[in-house]
Amino acid sequence: MKKIMNDPKNIVAEMVEGMVRAYPQFVERLPETEALVRSDKSSMTGKVGLISGGGSGHEPTHAGFIGEGMLSAAVCGQVFTSPTPDQIYAAIKAADQGKGVFMVIKNYSGDVMNFDMAKDMADLDGIEVKSITVDDDIAVENSTFTQGRRGVAGTIFMHKILGAAADQGASLTELETLAKKVLPNIKTIAVALSGATVPEVGKPGFTLADDELEYGVGIHGEPGYRKEKMRPSKDLVKELLGKLKAAFNYQAGDKFAVLVNGMGATPLMEQFVFMRDVLNQLKDEGVNVAFTKVGNYMTSLDMAGVSLTLFKLTDDSWLDNLNYPVNTIAWTQK
Amino acid sequence: MLTTDIILTWIHDFDKKISEKKDYLSELDTPIGDGDHGNNLARGAEAIEAALNKETPADATAALRAIAMALVSKVGGASGALYGTAFLEMAKTSRDTTKTADLLAAGLAGLQKRGGATTGEKTMIDVWAPVVTATKGGQLTQKIIDDAVAATKPMRATKGRASYVGDSSIGHLDPGAVSSGYLFTSLLEAGGAK
Ligand SMILES: Nc1ncnc2c1ncn2[C@@H]1O[C@H](COP(=O)(O)OP(=O)(O)OP(=O)(O)O)[C@@H](O)[C@H]1O
Ligand SMILES: [Mg+2]
Repeated sequence: MKKIMNDPKNIVAEMVEGMVRAYPQFVERLPETEALVRSDKSSMTGKVGLISGGGSGHEPTHAGFIGEGMLSAAVCGQVFTSPTPDQIYAAIKAADQGKGVFMVIKNYSGDVMNFDMAKDMADLDGIEVKSITVDDDIAVENSTFTQGRRGVAGTIFMHKILGAAADQGASLTELETLAKKVLPNIKTIAVALSGATVPEVGKPGFTLADDELEYGVGIHGEPGYRKEKMRPSKDLVKELLGKLKAAFNYQAGDKFAVLVNGMGATPLMEQFVFMRDVLNQLKDEGVNVAFTKVGNYMTSLDMAGVSLTLFKLTDDSWLDNLNYPVNTIAWTQK
Repeated sequence: MLTTDIILTWIHDFDKKISEKKDYLSELDTPIGDGDHGNNLARGAEAIEAALNKETPADATAALRAIAMALVSKVGGASGALYGTAFLEMAKTSRDTTKTADLLAAGLAGLQKRGGATTGEKTMIDVWAPVVTATKGGQLTQKIIDDAVAATKPMRATKGRASYVGDSSIGHLDPGAVSSGYLFTSLLEAGGAK
């Protein structure tokens, strides 16, 4: 393992410190936590707080999306481990402006339980808390006999839509209604070229041969649905879009936002090639692409690969929300 | 019966086992999870030791609460919420009784409320449930604990991360069941199971 770090035990705390000192205009650390809150408090006044969080190792998710038009606060857990309820509770308190707090949770048992405990703590304080649990990864069968689908890169579309709505004064209940409407319209699927190494573990969570890839891998290296020999970008797109097409049953004329997300170790050059091939195939299929984004947004440490998210824009106001001004470390738009 | 002394002996021994078995627990969590169970609990064990060193608890409730808070605030993951909730429920119940069976039953109820799992889903519940039953009859033995842990091996996981790998979860011990096994072995050794 080669990593730029000091003691792996302190990697999250040191990352948070680096982030806060590099971008004091965006984020501040809550005392004695790894939770961050917006520096510009006036931008939160009178609005519903929007928080998120989860294990670290997915940077810039989630703290990189703190700022006007997106999150109010975010909690950084240990690497690939959900944060603790006391820290989530600290984020809730910092985000609350008397209008309640909305939590965006990714669907993992640890995250769901810890956010749930934090909500119990906030209830005692009389802070009203509602939440959505994002489960956009279609690689996993959604059945009542499993934990269900995982939350992955599509989560950042949820942050963006809700952040824009909260900034425009949506109430807690309105945010909940919006989140529930948006959720089934966001779907993601990934392909991995190599595994991620958790600093405290020291070796990759899974390994692939030099000429091998795996479809459907999760953002913590959860196993995918098929391995095969490396193939050209166009073929990868065909496989992943095929899965998404089946999941949405999309037709010519349908309108989508598209996110190509790098997993951490894949150059932007390759991500743009992949996006080109996605756009070509969607064009051939007559699909209307109204919004595009390419880059490292929901990473998995040093995993190589990409994920592809489609967000079906069944409501015109959602495109407005995507284009709404935002000012964060990782997503800025005038 | 769980006196303050027994609780402290029990937990110190558990913390020791966790730090010894940290790598093994994470290894168990690798094929069917995300390889962090040992690291998560080792953080908890360290935090418990620090909390108990800082202030000697006045009574059983204070001891259980200190353990719960250390787990809740330092472990994270599914196991932090679960073990934290279990000890918090035991702390609450310890105000009314010191009977081990009642305390463990309260812990188990907390686990089930938090995680929504029942027996047979390949989780720590599969160790807690038979241990609670055996303790009620005053018969907890090492064999009961070992058998309960081993019984998770052929199960197919339907809760937690291991459920993602579906049938491939069959044939592996559940890491949370193994760590719960250590917890109850320590309890037995500390003389708290009676
Ligand atoms: N719903 C549940 N009910 C009871 N036990 C559970 C549940 N979900 C997980 N577990 C237990 O937790 C153990 C895994 O704990 P671990 O510390 O590895 O957390 P994790 O699942 O990796 O959390 P995270 O995804 O946040 O990292 C499993 O082996 C299982 O015994
Ligand atoms: Mg784990």
